[in-house]
Amino acid sequence: MGAREVVLRLEGITKRFGKLAANDDVGFALHRGEVLALLGENGAGKTTLMNILFGHYTADAGTVEVFGKALPPGAPGAALAAGVGMVHQHFTLAGNLTVLENILLGTRPLFGLGLGRAAARARVERLSRDFGLAVHPDAKVRSLSVGERQRVEILKALYREARILILDEPTAVLTPQESDALFATLKKAVALGLSIIFISHKLHEVMAVSDRVVVLRHGKVAGEVATAETDRHRLAELMVGAEVALPHPAPGRAGEMLMELRDVSTPSEGNRTGLRRVSLALRAGQITGLAGVAGNGQGALADLVSGLIAPASGALRVGGTEVSGWSPRAALDAGVGRIPEDRHATGSIADFTLTENAVLEGYARQPFARAGWMDWGRARAHAEAIIAKYDIRCPGPEARIRLLSGGNMQKLILGRALEAGPKIILANQPVRGLDIGALTYVQECLIAARDAGAAVLLISEDLDEIRVLSDVIHVISAGRLSPPFARGSKTVAELGVWMAGQGFADAA
Amino acid sequence: MEIFEILLSASFWAAVLRIASPLILATMGELICERAGVLNLGIEGIMVFGAFAGWMAVYAGLGLWPGVLVAFAAGAMFGLVHATLTVPFGLSQHVVGLGITLLATSSAYYAYRLALPQVTSPPRITPFQPLNIPVLSDIPFLGPALFSQTALTYLAFASVAVVALVLFRTPLGLALRAAGENPSAVEAQGLSVTALRMGAVMVGSGLMAVGGAFLTMSAFDSFFFEMVNGRGWICIALVVFGAWMPGKALLGALLFAAFDALQIRMQQTPMGAHVPYQVFLMVPYVLSILALVLMSRRAEVPAALMVPYNRGER
Repeated sequence: MGAREVVLRLEGITKRFGKLAANDDVGFALHRGEVLALLGENGAGKTTLMNILFGHYTADAGTVEVFGKALPPGAPGAALAAGVGMVHQHFTLAGNLTVLENILLGTRPLFGLGLGRAAARARVERLSRDFGLAVHPDAKVRSLSVGERQRVEILKALYREARILILDEPTAVLTPQESDALFATLKKAVALGLSIIFISHKLHEVMAVSDRVVVLRHGKVAGEVATAETDRHRLAELMVGAEVALPHPAPGRAGEMLMELRDVSTPSEGNRTGLRRVSLALRAGQITGLAGVAGNGQGALADLVSGLIAPASGALRVGGTEVSGWSPRAALDAGVGRIPEDRHATGSIADFTLTENAVLEGYARQPFARAGWMDWGRARAHAEAIIAKYDIRCPGPEARIRLLSGGNMQKLILGRALEAGPKIILANQPVRGLDIGALTYVQECLIAARDAGAAVLLISEDLDEIRVLSDVIHVISAGRLSPPFARGSKTVAELGVWMAGQGFADAA
Repeated sequence: MEIFEILLSASFWAAVLRIASPLILATMGELICERAGVLNLGIEGIMVFGAFAGWMAVYAGLGLWPGVLVAFAAGAMFGLVHATLTVPFGLSQHVVGLGITLLATSSAYYAYRLALPQVTSPPRITPFQPLNIPVLSDIPFLGPALFSQTALTYLAFASVAVVALVLFRTPLGLALRAAGENPSAVEAQGLSVTALRMGAVMVGSGLMAVGGAFLTMSAFDSFFFEMVNGRGWICIALVVFGAWMPGKALLGALLFAAFDALQIRMQQTPMGAHVPYQVFLMVPYVLSILALVLMSRRAEVPAALMVPYNRGER
């Protein structure tokens, strides 16, 4: 093993963003024909490191060597030319072009005539076959699923005769079946002599797919181990820097009714399922879990609780009184804290600072606004308090939130919701895409809020998460809500039956 | 019923092509810019300057074709200013574009006064003459309608084919379209988004200026203030109308030109005696707005249009 050829070597890479050291003296080597997993929490510096390797960023110090030759820093073409292909977390595809055109982009002299489509198509089809990457060359990328787009990215790299493939969090956007297909592709690639860097924070994937693991923590190499000689538990420790235990909360103590839906219906719009005569009780000191397959009305229920839509029929009672004129402002005034499903689209404004994002919900009220004027001093102090309390890694409260990793962004949203002292908390997919450290932290915060007397509505597609955290579980299917099930009263299989739509009174 | 007589006359269709020519050239210029991701609102002013520069060059003694080249180069220079501010510096494309329009328009008027301080009516040049294409121009009706135009009109139509071919059949076109859709896709392939966008804006602006020059060097034989008269803004709309496709944009330009040629002729019919002429003037614009609304519903806007690209930004 040790005698195998080194195809890529990083040495002493350091990169700072403001006061934040995203990479601090990072170094490791990749050998021919292996899958090297680069493991680390969100914000540990994995993506930054790859952007340096690829010349998108220029490192403050350190060298990159590919096949024994040093790469010039800050030149995006250099790594490509040396045979390194990258599949970015955010795909670099143009939606208005076809698959074939995206693959051809940049492969021919800019001022040449003709694209050589026929020859290119034949080659792409051959590569698709060899590597098990099924995708139609003439389809517009805009029309492809996320999994298919990823295949195009891999094809792009292979078409350029990449000998080293780097995949940045490739499974974050894939269904389990698509992930399995990807792993099969990677195995084929390694068998054909390619070398792969697999960036991830998912331990089971790293264990399944890699030969060796390099663990990054806070921008530094925290450890380097052979996969066969380690286990998930040890990797998690290296990654987080301490022993990790997922929270297993004791049952909550149900208190007064804080929000009640009685026979509430909302219209379906397009492919978005509405609610059908839903009755739900959210009680103080309880986490109510909502299980279900995505797209069965979770969105409508979340919008209803957060005030974005009002019931078309049925009654909504908050704190014992029936509400009329339900709106986002009314929900905030009633003490609803919101952790939206999509932290990028609805949870934050990418080009606003952390300070601005921290007061997005409370900006119009005391203490952030007085007599119609913003008090930015207080807003900033508030943001600083959230940053400190929730351990948000960022350059500072005046940094734009788009600079933050997903986990840190989610912590800010969590802090914004919880620091307002909510009575009712809507947590819609609160840990989706988070690494284990951030995940544990977010869940613990929700449990703590419950114990402090809040009613939590937890929406998740992860049944394990629902079953561990919830005091009461409902299943949602085609807009209908199951009766409440007490903690531990239903097995996964039994919940699955409800999720499939059976058991409801009006089930056909 | 006069309308049918008008539509059946060869001179009407010849006028349509003539009116469409400057629109086609400038629309192709704008289309190139927008495909690469830059909205060029300098178009109106660049057309004015192109009209002045081409005409002035010929008046000063250059030939007609060198005059066209001068117009193109002048347009490209304003394009360079626009691109420098909007691409590497990433300034607002709206503000820069309107600024370029004001700058180019007033520069043209200023230069005109500087060059001809004493003149009350602008001097004339000998413009491009109709070029009868052998054989084709002898075809009854079609000949005088389509094949007895000036060289610049033929150039305008050729520019559509060239733009379409480059955009859809060459590596350069591929890179341009990608730069307007997802610039990081271009950057990831080691190509320079900055160079592509700047080049597109310069060439596009050059075409706009030639479109302007058509007015002084082919349609008329002299330069007047206000002669571009909003044609640039029409071209912005034509790009949208054409859904950023050269062929459809050409269709839009012809449609607008047909409305325009029609309204001029309608004014001279008996009906024109009863209806105020302003109503006729309005017709092409109203119909264009309607067509725009109908056509642009399902257009695929370049996703990165008006979005400055900064390397290394997450």
